[in-house]
Amino acid sequence: MNAQPPQKPTQVRRPEFEVELTDANAIGDVERPLTITERLVNNEAVQRLTILVTLIVIWELYARWLNNGLLFPTFTETIRTFSKDIANGVLIDRTMTSLRTLAIGYALGLALATVLTTIAVASTAGTRVLSTLTAMFNPLPAIALLPLALIWFGLGTPSLVFVIIHSVLWAVALNTLIGFRGVPETLRMSGRNVGLKGARYVGLILIPAAFPSILAGLKIGWAFAWRTLVAAELVFGVSARSGGIGWYIFEARNDLDTATVFSGLLAVILIGLVVESVFFRAIEARTVNLWGMQR
Amino acid sequence: MTSALLEVKGVTLQYKTPRHLVTATYRVDFSVQQSDRYVILGPSGCGKTTVLKAVGGFMPPVEGSIRINGKTIESPGPDRMMVFQEFEQLMPWKTVYQNVLFPMKVTKRFAASEASARANAVIEKVGLTKFRDIYPHMLSGGMKMRVAIARAMAMEPDILLMDEPFAALDALTRRTMQQELLSLWDQLRFTVLFVTHSIEEAIIIGSRILVLSPHPGRVRAELDAEGLDHNSVGRPEFGILTKRIHSLLFGETHQLHAQQEIRA
Repeated sequence: MNAQPPQKPTQVRRPEFEVELTDANAIGDVERPLTITERLVNNEAVQRLTILVTLIVIWELYARWLNNGLLFPTFTETIRTFSKDIANGVLIDRTMTSLRTLAIGYALGLALATVLTTIAVASTAGTRVLSTLTAMFNPLPAIALLPLALIWFGLGTPSLVFVIIHSVLWAVALNTLIGFRGVPETLRMSGRNVGLKGARYVGLILIPAAFPSILAGLKIGWAFAWRTLVAAELVFGVSARSGGIGWYIFEARNDLDTATVFSGLLAVILIGLVVESVFFRAIEARTVNLWGMQR
Repeated sequence: MTSALLEVKGVTLQYKTPRHLVTATYRVDFSVQQSDRYVILGPSGCGKTTVLKAVGGFMPPVEGSIRINGKTIESPGPDRMMVFQEFEQLMPWKTVYQNVLFPMKVTKRFAASEASARANAVIEKVGLTKFRDIYPHMLSGGMKMRVAIARAMAMEPDILLMDEPFAALDALTRRTMQQELLSLWDQLRFTVLFVTHSIEEAIIIGSRILVLSPHPGRVRAELDAEGLDHNSVGRPEFGILTKRIHSLLFGETHQLHAQQEIRA
C-alpha cells in the first residue's frame, strides 16, 4: 500500500545559457539548385518514357518467344507496318477522318454540357433535372445507341457525331456540376459581394473555382468519345465511304493481317497518349498546377 | 451630431438548417457612425456572424430594417466589402495583384489605369509588393489575410465588414495584423464593422463594442473602448473593461451559481 504521490526528486537547477551562433557557412547556400541527375529522376517525362520503354521490351521479348506473327506480332514488325502505312498515307488519312469526326462531336458535346450545367446551377429545379438526366444516360453505353442513330441519321458522320455527343455530354456535365457544388461558400460569397450575378458569376467564379473537376470531366469525356468513335467505326465503318481508324483495323482483321491490326491499335494508343500527356498536361500546367489546386 | 452611416433597427434574423429554423438574433438595434471601429462581440451562438452577413446583404432580416446611408440593404454590393475568416476567399487562379484588382475590374468603379495604380498602392501599403505576382497558395496565412484586406480597402467601401479575420492566424501574426489594421485606420479613417469572440481583440481593435448575448443574439451593452490598444493591455482601464465585459457575458450565471450555493 503506497498511496503517497511519488516524491519529486530534489531538482538540480539547470543553468541557463546563451551562445554565439554556429557558423553555418559549411553547409553552403541555404537554397541550392538540384543537380541534373536529381532533376532527371524527378522529371515526369523521363519517368513516363522509362515505363514505355520497359513495356516495349516486354512486348518484344514475349512476341519473339511466342514466334507466331498471326497471333502476336513483334514490336519491330508492328513498327515496320506502322511506318509503311504512315509513309503511304493510308494511316494518316484514316486517322484524320476519325479525328475530324471526333472534334465535331467533342465540341458539340462540350457546348451542350455548358448550356445544361449553366441552366442547372441557376435553380434547384435545374440541378434536379440535370442530375436525373445524368443518372439515366451516363451509364448507357454510347454504342447501344448506335442502331437508333443509324435509323435517325443514316450511315455516315451524323450518326457518329450523335453517339460521340452522348458519350461526352454526360461525363462533362456530371463532373462540372460536382465541381460547382464543391466551390467553397466563402469564395461564392466574395464573388457575390462585388455584385456578380448570372452568367458572369458562373464564368468568373464558378468555372475557374471548379476547374480541377471540369478538367477531369474533359479528360473522361475525351476518352469516352475516342473509344466510342473507334468502336462505332468497327461496327459500321464497313459501309461508310471513307473509313476512319476503326475501319482500318476492321479491314486488316478481315485480311488476317495482325501486324496491321496492331499498328492501328498503336495509332489509337499513341493519339490517346499525346492528347493526355501533351494537350491536357499543358492545360494542367497552366491552370490547376499553377494555381496550387492540384499537385 | 452626424447621422449614422449604418442603422440596424429591431433586426431579427432566422435561417433554416435541413431540420430546424434557427433564430440567430432577436430585435437587435445598433448604429455605426462614420470612421467608427465598431466591434460586435459575443460568445459563439450569439449570431454575430449572421448580423454581419445580413449587413453584407446575404440574408434578409425577418423583421426590422438595415439601412446604409439611409438606403435599405437588399443585396450584396461592393459598397460593403467583406473580409472573411477563411483563406478560401481569395481566388486561387489569380495572383495577388489580380485578386486585388478583381473587384475594381468587375464593378468598373475605377478606370483601368487608375484601378491598376490603386491596386499597386494598396499592395504596397500592406507590404506585399514583393509578392505581387505570386499565386495565393504560395502565401502564408497572414499574407493571404493582408491580400484580402488590401482587396477590400482598394474599393474604398462605405463600410468594411470583417468576420473574425484574424481568428485563423497564430498568436504572433494576429498581433501584428491587429497593429497593421490600426495603423491603416490611422492613415485612412475608414469605417469598419468587426466581428470577434475575443474580448481582448475587441478592446484593442474597437472604438465601440456591442456586446451580444447568445441564443438568440440580443444586445447586452454598447461600450466605449476609444484609446485602448496593445500598449494599454497592462493598464488598469484595460483590465476593468475586460472584467466588465466578462461579467456582462458570463456574470448572470456566476451570480446564479453563487446564490444556489448560499441557499444550499
